[in-house]
Amino acid sequence: MSTIFGIPTPALYGQILIGLINGSFYAMLSLGLAVIFGLLRVINFAHGAQYMLGAFAAYLLLNWLGINYWLALVLAPLVVGVIAVVIERTMLSRLYGIDPLYGLLLTFGLALILEGAFRYWFGAAGQPYAAPSQLSGGVNLGFMYLPIYRGWVVIASLVICIGTWLLIEKTRLGAYLRAATENATLVQAFGVNVPLLLTLTYGLGAALAALAGVLAAPIYQVSPLMGSNLIIIVFAVVVVGGMGSILGAIVTGYVLGVLEGLTKVFYPEASSIVIFVVMAIVLLVRPAGLFGREE
Amino acid sequence: MSSAPLLEVRGLNAWYGESHVLHGVDLDIREGETVTLLGRNGAGKTTTLRAIMGILRRREGVIRLRGKNLLSLPLHKVAQAGLGYVPEERGIFASLNVSENLTLPPTVSDSGMSVEEIYTLFPNLYERRSSQGTKLSGGEQQMLAIARVLRTGAKVILLDEPTEGLAPVIVQRIGDVLVELKKRGMTILLVEQNFRFAKKVADRFYLMEDGRMVNSFPGHELDARMDELHEVLGV
Amino acid sequence: MAVGTEYLAEQPRLRTSAIVLGAVAIAALLAAPFFFYPVLLMSILCFALFACAFNLLIGYVGLLSFGHAAFFGGAAYFTAHAAKVWEWEPLAAILLGVAGAAVMGLVMGFLAIRRQGIYFAMITLALSQMFAFICLQVPFTHGEDGIQGVPRGYLLGIVDLNQPLAMYYLTLAIFLFGFFAIWRIVHSPFGNILKAIRENERRAISLGYRVDRYKLGAFVMSAALAGLAGSTKAIVFQFATLTDVQWQMSGEVILMTLLGGIGTLVGPIVGASLVIALQNYLAASDFPVLVLIGIIFVICVLLFRRGIVGEILELMKRRSKGAA
Repeated sequence: MSTIFGIPTPALYGQILIGLINGSFYAMLSLGLAVIFGLLRVINFAHGAQYMLGAFAAYLLLNWLGINYWLALVLAPLVVGVIAVVIERTMLSRLYGIDPLYGLLLTFGLALILEGAFRYWFGAAGQPYAAPSQLSGGVNLGFMYLPIYRGWVVIASLVICIGTWLLIEKTRLGAYLRAATENATLVQAFGVNVPLLLTLTYGLGAALAALAGVLAAPIYQVSPLMGSNLIIIVFAVVVVGGMGSILGAIVTGYVLGVLEGLTKVFYPEASSIVIFVVMAIVLLVRPAGLFGREE
Repeated sequence: MSSAPLLEVRGLNAWYGESHVLHGVDLDIREGETVTLLGRNGAGKTTTLRAIMGILRRREGVIRLRGKNLLSLPLHKVAQAGLGYVPEERGIFASLNVSENLTLPPTVSDSGMSVEEIYTLFPNLYERRSSQGTKLSGGEQQMLAIARVLRTGAKVILLDEPTEGLAPVIVQRIGDVLVELKKRGMTILLVEQNFRFAKKVADRFYLMEDGRMVNSFPGHELDARMDELHEVLGV
Repeated sequence: MAVGTEYLAEQPRLRTSAIVLGAVAIAALLAAPFFFYPVLLMSILCFALFACAFNLLIGYVGLLSFGHAAFFGGAAYFTAHAAKVWEWEPLAAILLGVAGAAVMGLVMGFLAIRRQGIYFAMITLALSQMFAFICLQVPFTHGEDGIQGVPRGYLLGIVDLNQPLAMYYLTLAIFLFGFFAIWRIVHSPFGNILKAIRENERRAISLGYRVDRYKLGAFVMSAALAGLAGSTKAIVFQFATLTDVQWQMSGEVILMTLLGGIGTLVGPIVGASLVIALQNYLAASDFPVLVLIGIIFVICVLLFRRGIVGEILELMKRRSKGAA
């Protein structure tokens, strides 16, 4: 068996794959956080809860209604997106223009409500969710064994991230979004319905988190705690990348995921804190973040 | 007055937070007319435009466009009703290229210029259509800011100090553009400090002081009133 | 963020009544263990001090720390370890916890004050989560079990703290010490500069203040006082566990302060009392506490951002204005 730095290569590749998977989720979630923050100036603490909600929606659709994974990929984000739209209209929109910390506190409260409610109903333990039959099994790539579902998640998340990036950079809606991120009042003075744009952005951001949740369901267990554990790491990712750049958020997500995977190989004790350590170093060297602009 | 004004402002009061900045401003603009607001810095010219657009929200009074009251409308409906705004700071978006900046404001009527017509009028915008908006020179940014509202088919264009900080040759060019727009029958409310520029295009002048309209006179009287204006404006 | 309530200090008549009120409150606290369950009271006192320490930062510097659990829980671990393994005298163990929290505050604060507002909140949260992961892995914290069976010991080698009343009065003394320390800080020249930074940071910089040093100083003081609360709690309850270092605990202290009134001196005490009493009340039922905490958060943010005490002060202010 071949080795690199004394580590058997299949183990190394395996951890890189796990890193890529985690990185996929970091990327998708920090992307949504960055888009929401850019326009609404709200750090969406409920982002993790919305991710958890997506996973639970898939789980419940399957177990209560027999709706399969593929439909859940569409329905769960839709449901969560609609809930988010209601939240934005009834609550978040009252906080625009005041200290952005209140938006953080409100969404934190919402995250607690969601997490608490699901813990109450389903307990803290995770529920299994099987990968769809089309994606079960694996292939031998010669240098490693690749479970098909994991390969699918990496590809799907790349498609989602690039798709979102294209939506923002290349479409008319994206142009509204970019312009409103710079100067919302002026964009509204040009006749664009900015309040609606804010609502849609929050809804889409939450739907993106839910989509990530459905993708995550067969990999991690569906658990009420899955969101809050993840969101704090994603916050660190966002601090490292800086929220000024969409592409920056995506790249930082994948890179830190892989770095975390590699740490698991070479120094497993530090794997759970390596992203925070990177954050601390970035704060010392470049406080605005790797892709951030000084405010 | 021969016809009912296209844009009619009556007793407009406005506040920045607690401070009362406009005191009963009256203003009329007839269709096809170019009207210029004169006044010192801080007299309330820009504030008047912002209050008419609804960017400044705390207002009282009447603002009517073709008889339709704009005061109660949400901000984005004001543009949709037919007001086009060219802000003093030009408001070119850095994250949009020139062509995206140009097509950003939604069209509000089908009377606007097409993108082709605009590029014919502003050939250098066409050349730089893929550049980042804020990479343009100051003069080009001003052209872009004006071009942007021409495309939407707005009935009245509110133009805030288009010549500020620009070289004489560019000011000349913007003057030509405004003359061209007048020929096309555009209605323009202009804020301007540059008399010579304003004289070329303005049909009427309003004079503002401390948030009030203190005088108004037709364009041809400008030369005769020069001394009086110099005193009020302190230039 | 903060609601400025320097109101009491400005009004001599009210100031006198505040002193009277304070004396009554202290008398009530002295008598309280004869009427209420001392453990509940001590729990309230520890959390009230924790919330006051947190409020020092948010209320008077305008910095929202989402990582104060690290100081509270970290100090609890240090104290528990010193008291149990090294068999230190309880007050010395508490002092060690405070010193540990202050050092942690220095490190975390040094990193976090490089960013402001929302980023500051996210950074403190991430750093405290890192600390929680470390606590899970290093041996001295005993992982999921925590440090159990910490002896209360003899205060200065004399007073047996296993006596509930002795423990209660020590806790009360520590609480009062912490509270008056905060009061002194807020009303010192240092505190005035902090408030100036909160109101307008750029202006404070242009006046020549080394704003970062003041912020870091406030952060360390806040961390040390949060540590004092955590250390005392470890001695009172005789254990230190992961619960105290996790982000939920940081959320709870934010809630207590928000509910009572950010930037008011007594608000955090009111908030902490209510939250602890509520948790105590709900402990017997199977109602999900997390949901209730979340709901209170949402209600506070949407309906009364000044908090209970802040709203009352605002009401009094408006009344006296109306009367004048």
